[in-house]
Amino acid sequence: MAKIKVVHYINQFFAQVGGEEKADYPAELRIGEAVGPGLAFAANFKDEAEIIATIVCGDSYFNENLEKAKKDILAMVREQAPDVFIAGPAFNAGRYGVACGTIAAAVQEELGIPAVSGMYVENPGADMFKNQIYMVVTKNNAAGMRDAVSKMAPLALKLAKGETVGASVEEGYMPNGTRVNFFDKKRGSERAVQMLLKKLAGKAFETEYPMPNFDRVEPSPPIKDLSHAKIALVTSGGIVPKGNPDHIESSSASRYGEYDITGVSDLTEDTYETAHGGYDPVYANKDADRVLPVDVLRDLEKEGAIGKLHNLFYTTVGNGTSVASAKAFAAEIAAKLKKDGVDAVILTST
Amino acid sequence: MHICTVTPISVTVGANRIVPAIAIPYPLGNPSSEIEEEKAIRRKIVENALEALTIGVDGQRIFE
Repeated sequence: MAKIKVVHYINQFFAQVGGEEKADYPAELRIGEAVGPGLAFAANFKDEAEIIATIVCGDSYFNENLEKAKKDILAMVREQAPDVFIAGPAFNAGRYGVACGTIAAAVQEELGIPAVSGMYVENPGADMFKNQIYMVVTKNNAAGMRDAVSKMAPLALKLAKGETVGASVEEGYMPNGTRVNFFDKKRGSERAVQMLLKKLAGKAFETEYPMPNFDRVEPSPPIKDLSHAKIALVTSGGIVPKGNPDHIESSSASRYGEYDITGVSDLTEDTYETAHGGYDPVYANKDADRVLPVDVLRDLEKEGAIGKLHNLFYTTVGNGTSVASAKAFAAEIAAKLKKDGVDAVILTST
Repeated sequence: MHICTVTPISVTVGANRIVPAIAIPYPLGNPSSEIEEEKAIRRKIVENALEALTIGVDGQRIFE
């Protein structure tokens, strides 16, 4: 069987062309050569694959001449027609990581050649490209070369052969949003108890259900004078006009609603309800003020404790709704509230 | 500012001003109370929330 053909991309540093002073080194194709880390890959491939060419490019050159560098390198790869393309590993080198991710993604998308790269999880190139190409997790410096190659090489061969790629935890790539099922050797209860024992002993353990990354925002400055402030209500509790006119889903909501409460001083059983499918709706359906306190805010408005209750409220269902969707809704809602001169928001959640 | 019952979730997702509520299905109510009493409970939580908005915070704070 013919050997699998690999083209490898590295920067000027790993090609031993030079350091920062050579970072403006233009893309160069070295046919028939495995260079630097390529030797480690070649050793790992044994007789199954060979590096038919290495492309060397300075990190600054690539990033400063992005379009040209990309075009030139794509032409080199097209000409070599490999079965798989490997970029890096880049460890924690930022420009190198971005270059590896950019070119690997371009090779895969534009030439249809599978590509793999590897870098440290905090390398900016990781977040940018981990969902586009297989991005192997490496240590943050070149001392992790052997480890990186031992994961990248087998993954590259699998891709070249069109074999099924396992889950991220099995293959060592960064989770890319695609769920892959597999049977673990140990059953769940056993794994859970082992995790618990490690936790109790103060040892490191790895969760099988990591939380999404939640960002942080700067707290807003305090309101100086409530009696002149315009307050808006927003809820993830799914309060909608009776009949749910915009069909907001009872779980995994794909949209939010904007409703006018001009002249409304009380939410009643006949006028409002909840669309939320994740809590017992009886109480909210009977009196939606229990989730969205319009009645009390109207009273406070009349009494002059607040300047005004904003005439629109925003609502969605926070039940299995993805963080990405919630973030997108929030960005739109916040922009509208700002445009309408709202001073503060009370967000209620069930 | 965020009114919610399970305040640790609010802390996890990053709200800065947090006011605790009554229960998941009725954060601002209490169906076992009389209507007027229930509205008073709701008002108290909303007033707490409004007050929280007038107070400067450096990071996350739960206004008990």
